[in-house]
Amino acid sequence: MLASPFLRIFLLVSVFVWGVSDAYAGDDSSDFNPTDMIMHHIQDSYDWHFLDVGETSVSLSLPVILKTDQGWITFMSSEFHHDSNGEVVVENNGQRVVNYHEKAYVLNDGESSLAFDENHYPENAVRPLDLSITKNVASIFLTVIVLFLLFPRLAKHYKKSHKAPKGLNNALETLVIFVRDEIAKPQIGSKKYMKFMPYLLTVFFFIWITNLLGLLPGAANVTGSISVTIALGLFTLVLMIFNGTKDYWQHIFWMPGVPVPVRILLAPIELVGMFIKPIALMIRLFANITAGHIIVLSLLGLIFILSSAGVSLVSVPFALFISVLELLVAFLQAFIFTMLSALFIGMAVEEHEHH
Amino acid sequence: MELIKPEFGLFFWQVVVLVILVFLLGKFAWKPILQGIKEREDSINDSINAAEDAKKELMHLQEKNQDMLNEARIERDQMLKEAQAAKKRMLEEANTQATQKAAQIVAKAQEAIEADKKAALVEIKSEVASLSIDIAEKILGQNLKDDKAQRQLVEQMLKDVKLN
Repeated sequence: MLASPFLRIFLLVSVFVWGVSDAYAGDDSSDFNPTDMIMHHIQDSYDWHFLDVGETSVSLSLPVILKTDQGWITFMSSEFHHDSNGEVVVENNGQRVVNYHEKAYVLNDGESSLAFDENHYPENAVRPLDLSITKNVASIFLTVIVLFLLFPRLAKHYKKSHKAPKGLNNALETLVIFVRDEIAKPQIGSKKYMKFMPYLLTVFFFIWITNLLGLLPGAANVTGSISVTIALGLFTLVLMIFNGTKDYWQHIFWMPGVPVPVRILLAPIELVGMFIKPIALMIRLFANITAGHIIVLSLLGLIFILSSAGVSLVSVPFALFISVLELLVAFLQAFIFTMLSALFIGMAVEEHEHH
Repeated sequence: MELIKPEFGLFFWQVVVLVILVFLLGKFAWKPILQGIKEREDSINDSINAAEDAKKELMHLQEKNQDMLNEARIERDQMLKEAQAAKKRMLEEANTQATQKAAQIVAKAQEAIEADKKAALVEIKSEVASLSIDIAEKILGQNLKDDKAQRQLVEQMLKDVKLN
């Protein structure tokens, strides 16, 4: 997978060339809009679009699952016919659905096409409860498949032998030991860390593998989606809240060892701090991964902004360099997220020495 | 702004997936993996401890051996020394004994020589006496025959005495 970054970059470039030329063709004014191109690539979508070959678009059709007051609506995303301007109306279960900027809208009763107000917001349609298997969700499932291919296999090794595993299993074991000895034990303490190992290991490998898969050409930007990182941060927060010791809560609401007025002043600050910790986690992961994608896309976008193939001599090596850097960032962000989660959980479960 | 607007669907699926992952991987992966790693680490630690104990035992044995060797060496040295001393003593004893014996033999020999000498002297004395008597007899026997002959006879006899 990592064997040939050159090949990867070549594919990446090819994908963008096709993707962008598509955008070109669709635009009457021959202006290339880099913002649209980048946003299109880092945002979620109902289709998993790989590339266009001439007129045909190579993409994976994914299920759209919507729920309105009148019931469930399910259909495959191919029914949108790659439209995301709200022009194609899909009729299903007596309701009309359009895809406007990769968000499904259900038209109000009696409406047959999408209308906009002066701010370009749809005015005759509502956003339903949207549980669609989008590109990002499908990518999450892909990570799950990879995780289930890798780790139960490693677990099986220990049933057979007591010796150190070889090859890929050995590399994975090293990482498991790394999470245990460098993250969980020092941050949570050797008494309580075992309880949190399943969460920390899952989060670490989930983020790392998702990050790596996200670097593949045509892949989704999962860990760079705020919704995903919110969910991850929320888990850490829940673990902090449900495992907080008496001491932890006391230090938040009624700080011992300081005068009463200061205690009153500290309580709201500490309370906000408790929520800010996981929020920082979620923003850090989201911003880092999204930034990486934006940089690579911008460098390649330069070729089209300047309308010169010669620029690729500069921007492709730069994009390659950033891509390799992103391999490091993929690991680093998984490590930092897990590390800080362990640190925050460690703070919550810590037994204080009584002063 | 679109970028930082959370989508409920994605959030929902992420939560569902993460709960399932933590549960399933926890049961079928993390638990056996961590257990396996711990078992191996424990067995490695045990083996190392056993090896260290064995090493200590070996060192102990080696020390013991060395001590025994040293003792044996000291004993040997002592025995050698003693033997050498005994040899020296015996040699000295033999020497003194030999000297004494030699002295005794010499003394005895001298005594014998002395005794022989005495006996010889006594014999010579008696011989001389008898010779004197013979000479006197012969002188007296051929008395007065010839002065010249007498002288000759005496000389002859004296010569004989000398030859004795």
